[in-house]
Amino acid sequence: MSGEEFVPLSLTPLLIGTFAAIACALPGNFLVLRKQALIGDAISHVVLPGIVVAFLLTGTISTWPMILGAAGAAVVAVVLIEAVRRLGQIEAGAAMGVVFTTMFAAGVLLLEQTDTSTVHLDVEHALYGNLESLIWLDAVGWSSVLDPVALAGLPPELPRIALTLLGVSVFVWLFWRPLKISTFDEGFARTIGVRTGVLGMALVITAAIAAVAAFDAVGSIIVIAMFICPPAAARMMTNRLETQIAWSIIFAILSAVSGYVLAGYGPLWLGAADAVSAAGMIATMSGLILAFAALWGPCRTRAGAPGPA
Amino acid sequence: MLWDALTLQLGYNATLVAIGATLLGISAGVTGTFLFLRKRALVSDAISHATLPGVCLGFMVLVALGGDGRNLIGLLAGSAVSAWVGLLCMNWLTRHTRLAEDAAIGAILSVFFGLGIVLLTVIQTMGVGRQAGLEGFLLGSTAGMLWADALVIAIGGAATLLLVMIIRRPMTMVAFDPEYAAARGLPVHRIDLAMMGLVMAVTVVGLKIVGLILIVALLIIPPVTARFWTDRSDRVVLLAGLAGGLAGYLGAAMSASAPNLPTGPIIVLVSFGFFALSLLLAPVRGVLAAILRQLRFQRRVHIRQGLLALAQGQKIYEPLTLRLLRRTGLARADGVATDTGKARAAKALRDEKRWEIVRADQMQEATAALYDGLRDIETVLTHDQIAEIDRQIGGPQEVPA
Repeated sequence: MSGEEFVPLSLTPLLIGTFAAIACALPGNFLVLRKQALIGDAISHVVLPGIVVAFLLTGTISTWPMILGAAGAAVVAVVLIEAVRRLGQIEAGAAMGVVFTTMFAAGVLLLEQTDTSTVHLDVEHALYGNLESLIWLDAVGWSSVLDPVALAGLPPELPRIALTLLGVSVFVWLFWRPLKISTFDEGFARTIGVRTGVLGMALVITAAIAAVAAFDAVGSIIVIAMFICPPAAARMMTNRLETQIAWSIIFAILSAVSGYVLAGYGPLWLGAADAVSAAGMIATMSGLILAFAALWGPCRTRAGAPGPA
Repeated sequence: MLWDALTLQLGYNATLVAIGATLLGISAGVTGTFLFLRKRALVSDAISHATLPGVCLGFMVLVALGGDGRNLIGLLAGSAVSAWVGLLCMNWLTRHTRLAEDAAIGAILSVFFGLGIVLLTVIQTMGVGRQAGLEGFLLGSTAGMLWADALVIAIGGAATLLLVMIIRRPMTMVAFDPEYAAARGLPVHRIDLAMMGLVMAVTVVGLKIVGLILIVALLIIPPVTARFWTDRSDRVVLLAGLAGGLAGYLGAAMSASAPNLPTGPIIVLVSFGFFALSLLLAPVRGVLAAILRQLRFQRRVHIRQGLLALAQGQKIYEPLTLRLLRRTGLARADGVATDTGKARAAKALRDEKRWEIVRADQMQEATAALYDGLRDIETVLTHDQIAEIDRQIGGPQEVPA
């Protein structure tokens, strides 16, 4: 495949998908270890009412109100889940189920009630995004990567997700020690002066930011998959957190790239004419990676702990 | 308009949907209760998302066989198969690998849903013009419901309900105490699988009405609502069925009464309305009851402390204590005790002294443990015991001025 075709059509979606995958997988490592993996699921459901409300308030589909709306909805959801859990003394999973399904239902209802026929806003788009359409029309080949005029025409999702990835990495890097300690032994972390409550909240908010930024580009299905599958697969490979994070990044990149390539070119190899959903394919690939890790990973069983009854 | 809908006067389709939604709500509420009591509510999320690839594969098989791709029974059978595969994968992940259940749920949910979306796009490009409607399974679509569809939902719902009733005892036991159930010789793992199978059946039946994303709400919200009102599991089951059925009926009726009110989301929101009311108003576990309990406790503490202060001739500075004493007629506005107040204060002080003696006596350790500064000593000791203590204290003494 030549650069003239690859750079404008595939380079940007590929990069966006990869960045989104890594940005979600990084906090996902900690969420999986803290048994909060389903936060990603809850957040990605409540993003829909967030963007619908933002659309109702501003009347346009522009990026920043949408992102703010989605982030606001994520925060509202986290607060509501905590409130329902404490006020009603309900188990966390059920509280989550009550809150995110209700907010999602409210989002669908609002969407049906408003006239969105003139704009591109629907449930399907929210679920699986439009990775394939994030093309870079100004590019003519590999030379464009260094050409400032062409670079100005980059899809805005790319710098945004790159910035998010940078932010998430900086968060993990800065708070590495407290995060690591409080993830494995919260009581000990508290005794040495880590404010675990604040740190836990910061982690959830970081995850929410990653989810919203990734959602904007690739839809919510990749977000859930990338929060859980690469870290879970990495967990089967090692007992060290550092190594686990490295594996999870490798798995995230692997599923993003292979998923995109298989979705775009796989059907052509099989003789079909059209591509399939890249977002769905990336999620599927991450699941396959997880399956392989679960079957043959060196650290797949609960070492030292007795098996379940 | 709404009244017409509630009395099923709004035409054939609306009536079918209302009846179907009611049955679905009842069976979802009843089945979901066991899931909730087992603390595995979100497993339903994985199961429901795992139906999507099955729906798509079912459609493809039906088309390949030359049939009509929208045959509901065929699609539901496909969705049941893939949900079952997802369920087995999830069980395998939690039992045989180190992953916790929440990670397994999330993994199955996202991967199966992603695969389903890939298959959906494949169907869209297959060039058969009949794929319209498969997206309806995401959020439910009741507009074109047929008699046969309603029949499938009714029979499925009723069968699920019957099965739940048959195996409700072992399921309750496993939900509350799996170790005990295992010790009694119950096949815990298989009962868990049966529970999940029932959840899967409800999910599959509900695909047409509320869709796979929102069916989770019908499985979780009614049991949580019912749990507020009672501590007995059989009543939770009944109330959850009631709440679910009512939400289904009201939601379907409301969505039929005006345009642009999609059935699934409305049912979920009605259900959440019941939940919010219960959260606020339930007698023991509700927020309002907790606030009242807190206020009553605060009142007792303040009056008690106020009386002790009065008895010892101390001045009361706390405005709430003063206000409470004044309102109960124990003190005047300037903080001086009335006659009743004096009597009650003397009694409070004497009780405090009595407690002191009880707590110093090692023979009375069990009684002393009941001391919390508020309990009346008459409720724990007999007259003779109190008289014995009073002999040790001696007669009334004058309050220092």
